[in-house]
Amino acid sequence: MSEPLLQAVNLECERDDRVLFRDLSFSILPGTLIRVEGPNGSGKTTLLRILAGLNDSYSGDLLWRGKNRHGYREEFLRNMLYLGHRPGIKPLLTPMENLRALMDGRRSLPDRILWQALEGTGLGGFQTVPCRNLSAGQQRRVALARLLIADEPLWILDEVFTAIDIQGVGALERLLVERVENGGAIVVTTHHDLQLPSMQRLTLGGGDGYDY
Amino acid sequence: MTTEFTVGLRAPEASVGTATAMKAVFVRDLKTAFRQPQDLLNPLLFFVMVVTLFPLGVSPEVSFLQQAGSGILWVAALLSVLLSLDHLYRHDFDDGTLEQLVLQPQPLFLLVLAKSLAHWVLTGLPLVLLAPVLGVMVHLEGNSVAVLCLTLLIGTPVLSLIGSIGAALTLGLRSAGVLLSLLIIPLYIPVLIFGTGTVMAASEGASVEGQLALMGAFLVLALTLAPFASAAALRISLSNS
Repeated sequence: MSEPLLQAVNLECERDDRVLFRDLSFSILPGTLIRVEGPNGSGKTTLLRILAGLNDSYSGDLLWRGKNRHGYREEFLRNMLYLGHRPGIKPLLTPMENLRALMDGRRSLPDRILWQALEGTGLGGFQTVPCRNLSAGQQRRVALARLLIADEPLWILDEVFTAIDIQGVGALERLLVERVENGGAIVVTTHHDLQLPSMQRLTLGGGDGYDY
Repeated sequence: MTTEFTVGLRAPEASVGTATAMKAVFVRDLKTAFRQPQDLLNPLLFFVMVVTLFPLGVSPEVSFLQQAGSGILWVAALLSVLLSLDHLYRHDFDDGTLEQLVLQPQPLFLLVLAKSLAHWVLTGLPLVLLAPVLGVMVHLEGNSVAVLCLTLLIGTPVLSLIGSIGAALTLGLRSAGVLLSLLIIPLYIPVLIFGTGTVMAASEGASVEGQLALMGAFLVLALTLAPFASAAALRISLSNS
C-alpha cells in the first residue's frame, strides 16, 4: 500500500455554533478518488477548504506525507491543485491570459500547450475572447483547462461539474478516471450523480452522523 | 475534453521562481486595470476636482493658496488613494483569483507586495505625475513644486502599502468602506503631516533633507512590514469566508 498523500486526524470544525463534523479521520491515497457527500450546508465546501489550506478554523491534524503540514506549506502547495466554487477567472482577461496568469505561479509552459489545453476543453476559437463574453459553462471550462496540464498529485475539486454540459461532464469523468488510474488522488464534491469505479465516499451528515 | 496533453504526475520540482510569479501577478493586475480604464480615471479625476474646487470654494487669493496649497494637494491625494483601496482585493476575492493567489507556493507576502506595487503604479504614480500641474495652479513656487512631487513620490507608495492591510482586513465585510477609512486614516496621518510639513519647510527656504529622510524611513518601514500584515489579513479574511 502506498503512502497517503494527505491524512486527516480527528478533524473537527464548528461554524456558527454548529458542529459540522467531529472526529473525522481519513487518508487520501494516491490512485483514489474520494467523493465528499452530504446535504447542502453539511460542510462539504468547508472540509475541502480546510484540506486545501484555505480555512484554518479547525482542530485536529492534517499530515502531508506523514508530516504535519504546517512546516511544509510550500511543498504541499506545489503538489496540490484546488478548484473552488469561484473558478479564479478574470472576466476582463481572455482565456489565454487567464490560464497564463494561473499557470505562471506554478510552472512555465509554452503558449502552444496552453492553447491546446483550451482547445481540449472545447474552447477552440475562444482563446482570445474576453471571458466576460463567454457563458458561465465556458468560464468554468477555462478553469478546467488547468486540469489537462496539471501535474499536481492531489486535486481538490469543489462542485467541479457545475454549469458543464453533458458531453463535458462525460469527458471530465473520463479525465478523472484516467488521472486516478495514473496514480493521482482526487477529492471532489458534486451533486452530479458520479459513478466511477474505485470511488470512495465520505458522507457528512449535517451534524448528526458520518461514516467512513 | 481530450486528455492527450496531460503531463502526468511529477515529483515536485523547482518550477517557477518567486520573481516570475511576482511579475505574473503585477502584469495581470495592470492588464485587468487597463481593460477597465474608468476605474483608473476615477481617483485621478477626484484628485483634480478636489484641488480645483478649493480656490473656488475658499479663496482664490495667491497668499492663501501658497499657504494651503501643499496641504490641499496632499489631502486630495490621500483621499483619492483611499477611494481606490476597496478595489485592491475586492474583485480578486469575488472571482476566486485571490484563493488561487493564496494557494500559490511562493511566499504570500511577496505576491502581496507585487499587488501593492501594481496598485501604486495605477493610482499613486499618476497622482505624482499630475501634481506639478496642480502645484503650479495653486501658486506653489518652483522649488516647492519639486519638493511636493518628491514627497508624493515617497509618500504614495506608503499609502498603497498601508492601505493594502486595511483592504485585506475588511475583505470579508459586505460594506467595508466606512470601516476601511476608520482603520486606515489614523495610519495615514503621520505621512500626511510629514508630507505637508516638508513642502512648507521648503517654501520657507528651510532645509528639507531631514524630513525627506524621515519619509524615506516610513517607506522602508511600510515596504518591509506591510506585506506581512496584509498577507496575514488576507489569510484570515479567506478563512472566514
